[in-house]
Amino acid sequence: MLPLEGITVLEFAQFMAGPSAGLKMADLGARVIKIERPGSGEAGRQIAIKNLFIDESSMVFHTANRNKESYAANLKDPADLEKVKKLIARADVMTHNFRPGVMEKIGLDFEVVKTINPQLIYGVVSGYSSKGPWAKKPGQDLLIQSLSGFNYLNGNANDNPTPSGLATSDIFTGAHLVQGVIAALIQRCKTGVGSKVEVSLLESTIDIQFELITTYLNDGEKSPQRAKKGNAHAYLDAPYGIYKTKDNYIAIALVPLTSLTKAMNISLPSEFSSKETWFPKRDQIMEFLSPYFEKESTQYWLDIFEPLDFCCSDIYSYKQFLNHEGCKALQMIQEVETSDGIKMKTTRCPIRIDGERIFKRKSAPKPGENNASIEKEFNLN
Amino acid sequence: MNKPLEGILVIDFSQYLSAPSASLRLADLGARVIKIEQPNTGDLTRGLFFSNVVMNEESSMFHAINRNKQSYQANMKSAVEREKVYHLIQKADVLIHNFRPGVVEKLGIEYKKVKELNPEIVYAELSGYGKEGVWKNKAGLDLLIQSLSGLTQLNGNEGAGPVPIGLAVVDILSGAHLAQGILACLYRKITKGKGGRVEVSMLESAIEYQFESVTAFFRDGGEPTIRAKSNSAHAYLGAPYGVYKTKNGYIALAMGQIPFLGELLACQALLKYTEVESWFTQRDEIKDILGDHLLTKPTEDWLAVLEPADIWCAEVMDWKTLFDTEAFKILQLIQEVKMSDGYSSKTTRCPIEINDSYLLSEMGSPKLGEHTESISNEFAL
Repeated sequence: MLPLEGITVLEFAQFMAGPSAGLKMADLGARVIKIERPGSGEAGRQIAIKNLFIDESSMVFHTANRNKESYAANLKDPADLEKVKKLIARADVMTHNFRPGVMEKIGLDFEVVKTINPQLIYGVVSGYSSKGPWAKKPGQDLLIQSLSGFNYLNGNANDNPTPSGLATSDIFTGAHLVQGVIAALIQRCKTGVGSKVEVSLLESTIDIQFELITTYLNDGEKSPQRAKKGNAHAYLDAPYGIYKTKDNYIAIALVPLTSLTKAMNISLPSEFSSKETWFPKRDQIMEFLSPYFEKESTQYWLDIFEPLDFCCSDIYSYKQFLNHEGCKALQMIQEVETSDGIKMKTTRCPIRIDGERIFKRKSAPKPGENNASIEKEFNLN
Repeated sequence: MNKPLEGILVIDFSQYLSAPSASLRLADLGARVIKIEQPNTGDLTRGLFFSNVVMNEESSMFHAINRNKQSYQANMKSAVEREKVYHLIQKADVLIHNFRPGVVEKLGIEYKKVKELNPEIVYAELSGYGKEGVWKNKAGLDLLIQSLSGLTQLNGNEGAGPVPIGLAVVDILSGAHLAQGILACLYRKITKGKGGRVEVSMLESAIEYQFESVTAFFRDGGEPTIRAKSNSAHAYLGAPYGVYKTKNGYIALAMGQIPFLGELLACQALLKYTEVESWFTQRDEIKDILGDHLLTKPTEDWLAVLEPADIWCAEVMDWKTLFDTEAFKILQLIQEVKMSDGYSSKTTRCPIEINDSYLLSEMGSPKLGEHTESISNEFAL
């Protein structure tokens, strides 16, 4: 029995943050019904990476929306809206990411919805929350990463501010929405009433920097300094970073510099011998180490470091990693199949419950694919 | 405001960042979190410093992760002390640990034993690489998991070598997943009387984090990841997606139609890219043209043209710039916390808003064993 069995989620949310939350709840056992525009469906169906499509919808859409149903409704049409309200009356959760004011216009804002279903958990995703001068600005992953200070943590000192090359803000915001929604479901068991749960890309992207921002705020607001070369963390001592080797690269994490140089058979200059210098002289130390690493292959160094239980690693591409027996043992890849029989390999839910991995073969739906069955089941006509 | 998890008791054996970030979230949502810490060192993060910043004798990292928690000191290798902790476990709703494989058996808190003590408990564990496969005994450090999982190939420009994300993104994401699993099982415990076992590994979380690009890898026949030569912000997205230098700073541009951008920015050379496909296949040359052009004017001039046209763009900010904006201040993302000895410091708050209230807490991090005596009395240990 999956933990969220019996929960019904109506997902008005589009693009990545909200739908990634819906995906996680679906994998944990909830029934997730996307409420989509008739015909074209949600806008995220047209957002593609590498121009990859599965059917009429992008592969990205299929990745974030597997294991869901779709009910197509035109929220501006009173008859359709009535049907959606009937669905809301029977649901446990609804999520949306419309800009502030849109749900009020449609007539599905929290104040209205809680009169239809006082037990409903109402989840909202926005770019910058509903308050302040940015409330109506478009909230998009790269923009939020860029204005949150996050870009100044990645890459080397002389590089442009460097965002992460994936939808980090979206993914964390979605994760936080799941947390808030389930917490509100727990509270509902006690109080009998629902709640409004709000998350925003900006607040979530600040949250992932919480350790570093705490350091910044309590250390005289000194700007983070990325390492000159091989940066992996603006706030950690040498040797933490990435080093070039004869044939590739190697990642060195929390290894005391003195232990590292001893294992590498290098005599450490006395100016670097005290631990206190390992942060302020990080660039010089990393530069000092570089030529030694470059003399030998990655494997040569790993063969020395691993028996000593040093925190170090090879650096893999997808081809190396996804074909590695260490990765395969996790069985993180599953196959899903559309109603047309198109198969796609994708990831599964990373959470195991009661010792079991959660595999779901159900793919993303077409827009309105489940209208007939849902109308019948919920007596919408 | 009543917080949603009020009345929930969490016994937390975990250290460092991954699982403790999950218990921080549960604490902010209203749960009572008791850290069980070993004598002398306690949670090893207490002595793991960022850039040599010391806050009230301990690391900024420890303070950020462990505010709003209590500390109970126990030597789990002593039979007497272990018995006391068993009494606590009997009263708990959730137990969390992130020990390496084999350790819980030695400490007497393996799932079988804990379930005997408390059959309804939610037992949550976080590991580096899961319990199977060749990597299971490796240290689960964030940088190593980023390096193995292909994540370092997504960030920065082509030719830059591996570029990790400069914060412990996998630690935090796996913690978020652990919190999701715990909450879902708590819901099941409350509604159906069945707790359960939740397992998350950093490596599985890292794979799910990359679910778009991993799915793309399988879809396009395993092609290598190729980042843009310059201004890269996503290896799988076409121009203009990226961060660009302007006359006085940096601007982020997300998705947009290249010829339309060309018109808006008065950049003739962009008008010829009328084929949508070319924005991906010729992104390097488009980005070069755009990059040269954007250098000619300050960021605010470009925003003044692009924002009214609803182009997804933003100024790239560091923390200082962001924290001074009205839009940031209104979110009250920075809160002050206080330790029992009066030491106060600034940190971020929980990013989730429930029923128009922020989840704030003034309680700072605990000193090692600060609550041992009061907890012993309260639970008659």
